[in-house]
Amino acid sequence: MNGTNTENTVSQEALDIAKKQATLSYRIKRNKACYMMLAPYFILFFFFTVLPVVMSVAFSFTYYNMLEMPEFIGWKNYIKLFLEDDIFLTSLKNTLILAVITGPISYFLCLLFAWIINEFKGWLRAFLTLIFYAPSICGNAYVVWNLILSGDRYGYLNGLLMKLGILDEAIIWMKTEKYVLPMLIVVQLWLSLGTGFLSFIAGLQTVDKSLYEAAALDGVKNRWQELWYVTLPAMKPQLMFGAVMQITQSFAIADVSIQLAGNPSVNYAGATVVTHLLDYGTVRFEMGYASAIATVLFLLMVGSNMLVQKLLRRVGE
Amino acid sequence: MKKEKDYLKPYKKRRFFKPKEKKLNRSMAGNTLLFVLMAICGVAMVLPLVMVINNCLKPLDELYQFPPKIFVRNPTLENFSDLFTLMNDSWVPFSRYILNTIIITGGGMVGHVIIASLAAYPLAKHNFPGKNILFQMVVLSMMFSWTVTQTPQYMIISWLHINNSYWALVLPACAFGMGLYLMKQFMEQLPDSLMESARLDGGSEWTIFWKIVMPNVKPAWLTLAIFQFQQMWGNTGSTFLRDEDLKPLQYALQQISAGGTARAGAAAAVTFIIAAVPITFFLICQKNVLETMTSSGMKD
Repeated sequence: MNGTNTENTVSQEALDIAKKQATLSYRIKRNKACYMMLAPYFILFFFFTVLPVVMSVAFSFTYYNMLEMPEFIGWKNYIKLFLEDDIFLTSLKNTLILAVITGPISYFLCLLFAWIINEFKGWLRAFLTLIFYAPSICGNAYVVWNLILSGDRYGYLNGLLMKLGILDEAIIWMKTEKYVLPMLIVVQLWLSLGTGFLSFIAGLQTVDKSLYEAAALDGVKNRWQELWYVTLPAMKPQLMFGAVMQITQSFAIADVSIQLAGNPSVNYAGATVVTHLLDYGTVRFEMGYASAIATVLFLLMVGSNMLVQKLLRRVGE
Repeated sequence: MKKEKDYLKPYKKRRFFKPKEKKLNRSMAGNTLLFVLMAICGVAMVLPLVMVINNCLKPLDELYQFPPKIFVRNPTLENFSDLFTLMNDSWVPFSRYILNTIIITGGGMVGHVIIASLAAYPLAKHNFPGKNILFQMVVLSMMFSWTVTQTPQYMIISWLHINNSYWALVLPACAFGMGLYLMKQFMEQLPDSLMESARLDGGSEWTIFWKIVMPNVKPAWLTLAIFQFQQMWGNTGSTFLRDEDLKPLQYALQQISAGGTARAGAAAAVTFIIAAVPITFFLICQKNVLETMTSSGMKD
């Protein structure tokens, strides 16, 4: 604050003060209140998040079975991962397919439904939000899909298709290689209204209402133009947040696959990077190898995040 | 041009908020299309909720009916009375589990919302050395697989000697990355003038944070509270808690429903309770998310 007044005083003195203010230690001291506010979170964050991540990355260069001390083996885990582990390559392919298809569609569904619900008011709106958020709040709600996709003729999907005369006999959906991935995509899309959806709902509330009136005067004609030129630019921070959450979810699909297709699934048709990771981490107890998988997945997410953030900067242009 | 707009504004504003007046830029065809789309999707989305509610009202023979039916035919509350009998038989008094859950869920939720918001404010509205590195670290941390970091996290918790205590669940929960990111994004939207005027009046950063920033990002922290409540409520704590009298409700309920065929009725009741509590919390929070902005009118 006192930095701005120096222009009017004697030049040499001002120069000295300016020089002093440019130093790092001065800037740190000046923002003492900021660091005080950051401290509680970042101390905990360091112990319970940063340190574990750093340790995991370190484990990825070791052979570690959680009983003996980790043994350093250099790049061997990574070499094995890309050159010898066929299942990893299959799971990587599946993960990319799932992420590329469900990621963007889920993201747009979240936005679309949040935007429609925003037209309602009061308790009705809260209930509508609940209905669309229900798959995310009921724990492992996707087990209902076990009934729908059940392989006998009593499964709802088989029953329906046979009644309509499309099928002659029941299909064992989740045990037939070519149906596994498409079905996982359907279930994943059904599950998509989660974190991003709620943050959009909240974000839409913070859009300044007078912007809409101004836009109407400036010639915005319908709701779609209003969405693109007013609403979306006004909630860019939430769009960014939603995108990051979508990436972390789309690349980490695992529980749905394990519940519906099993782990291992038929000919690894439903294997994803995270199911593969869970196989090594929680079944075989090869923590070093599991950490290497996690590190590769991490780099994949970071890369796609950079891409998506670049795209999102162009919203409303 | 500008003058004309200012002149029109108050008149338009009054019209806009009149309840029966048609909203700006909304066509009948568009409304119908979107609401039909929403109705179709809504039916698919609400399915698990319908099943949970119907299942908990089914008598045992209907629960085991094959092929399974969604809707209950002879609704009964037997499952709940079964569940309460089982609760009374538990080794540790059941109220203890409830207390544990209140401490763990409440602590993890309130702690995270406050600590993360406190850290998000300077990241969103101040410039200081190290700002970008700290923020990027938080965003990136969310992309590292949680399954793998669990093992080192367990080691750290043992080193800190907070194993087998509430702290082992509450402290890591306070350090989740998502909350800080969410709060920072919402705070970024606040106009700087809002804080500037308070600063000129001599308000300290703490006062600005509590009196101006937090009330204005209420939708954000209510949403964060929902996420965090869900996360903490679902935690059985079995990794870190050994003593039976420290364990949360979730653990006790899952023990009951793990009792096999004879307990299928009680298990259905458990599933209902496990879903009903966060749903109640969700509805209360959501209702408030909506009311904030219409009543406060803080935007300039």
